[in-house]
Amino acid sequence: MDSGAQVRPEELQASAIADLLAGARRVAVGMLSPVPGAGALLAAHLSGGQTQVTILGSRAHSRFTNGGAELFDRAGRGGIDAFFLSGGQIDGRANINLVGTGDYPRTEVRWSGSFGSAYLYFIVPRVVLFRWEHSRRTLVEAVDFISAPGVSEPGVHRPGGPVALITNLCLFDFDRANARFRLRSVHPGHTLEEVRDQTGFDFDAPSAVPATPLPNAERLAALRGPVARQIADIYPAFAERVFGLVATPQ
Amino acid sequence: MQATKAVDVDALAALVPDGASMTVQKGDERDVPMALAHALIRRRVRGLRLITLPTAAYPASGMMVDLLIGAGCVASVETSGISLHELGAAPRFTQAVKSGRLIVRDATCPAVYAALQAGAKGQPFAPLRGLIGSDLLRHRDDYRVIANPFAPGDPIVVVPAINADVAIFHAAKADAEGNVWIGRDRDRLLAAHAADLVLVTVDERVNGCFFDDEAMAAGVIPADLIGALAVVPGGGVPCLADGRVDLAAVRRYQRAATDEEGFAAWLRERVLRGEPVAA
Repeated sequence: MDSGAQVRPEELQASAIADLLAGARRVAVGMLSPVPGAGALLAAHLSGGQTQVTILGSRAHSRFTNGGAELFDRAGRGGIDAFFLSGGQIDGRANINLVGTGDYPRTEVRWSGSFGSAYLYFIVPRVVLFRWEHSRRTLVEAVDFISAPGVSEPGVHRPGGPVALITNLCLFDFDRANARFRLRSVHPGHTLEEVRDQTGFDFDAPSAVPATPLPNAERLAALRGPVARQIADIYPAFAERVFGLVATPQ
Repeated sequence: MQATKAVDVDALAALVPDGASMTVQKGDERDVPMALAHALIRRRVRGLRLITLPTAAYPASGMMVDLLIGAGCVASVETSGISLHELGAAPRFTQAVKSGRLIVRDATCPAVYAALQAGAKGQPFAPLRGLIGSDLLRHRDDYRVIANPFAPGDPIVVVPAINADVAIFHAAKADAEGNVWIGRDRDRLLAAHAADLVLVTVDERVNGCFFDDEAMAAGVIPADLIGALAVVPGGGVPCLADGRVDLAAVRRYQRAATDEEGFAAWLRERVLRGEPVAA
């Protein structure tokens, strides 16, 4: 059976995120990250207990007891292997902008703010970037405001940083030594040409670009069953839209 | 010890002076004092310097901060993020930034925590990794980079302590002495340690003393840290008693607050009349 037509984009993205988390022991999921949350919960499901997930704001998916600072304290001690960040703008050097466009502080468009990015991006070894609008206005040559830089000068304490960027079109790896993205795969139904057209920064690409793998039946069943129920605990509107789960009586 | 005498929510609001620096919690617990925010708007407090600990980006906390900003109570906000969580942007915050009426002191969550921890200890500042090379650091004239005094060639950021004039938050219950139960959420305890005046609303006051039960005592703010207390059943709406958020109510607010007229009508009908907060 060709299940491709029935796989929702969020399911493909969550499955690709789960692959990026392979081998991670402790994964944390921050604010406004429902697809990464689903991907992390899928990774935990597939890991047979190896991968633990902490979702900020969730009672059921947090074993933290020392307040909001605990995530940052643990990360500072090397205790968080993977985290997720996004940006209203992301540029070719993996700088992210969570603040707004135009001249700060009178930004034309104001976003919510930088959250923990300006710290966790430096500290967490495996940071996965995500942006579900792949366009020249989101993936830009240079961000208008650097909430957190993709790479740091020599001498700055920087054990962590970006490893990948996943969008609604494709998956990039990030080469920290050269501060450049390299295309890893393009999602089914999209093309390298489309990615080039929609990307505001220059990036590397292999001569033949593979397709991002579709989630298999086991993964789809996990996503639509236990993962959907768990993610509804913290992202009820998302769970309803993607998985048809009504978790919050209104 | 002498029990804390509860006051009403308007008396609590009267204790917040114009121009005060005031911390609010991030809103993932039932910690959003919506009824107190309404009382502050009714008393027409002005010039508040809000500090979100470290964000107001859950539906209820985002809505409360958005209300205070829209109602003209806030001069500046130090924050790592303000939004209505998965429902999207906080409309009055966004508008106030665009118009230049609101000063935003952009921060990052661990910097707020580090500053608050320093404040709670009575220390002048705290060091923090990260931040170097960001525009956050470039625009914060109160953040500095120093040389690590214990290791050469290691630049590190220091942030000044946060000691707010006032901390406000909601909690589920207080006991007869006025001890406030917060469960495992240490953030409110930290905020109470760091602020000069702590104003709390609770859903209910219960008999007995939380310290008699070791399991409860682990999640308690002692009464002597609480400046004043008001019992306001449902004072944390739209956070519901079971911990969920009434998202439909926040959506209604978000739609209403999209423009000035809708927001003014919301204030008139749901805030200024002084009726109990309701979704």
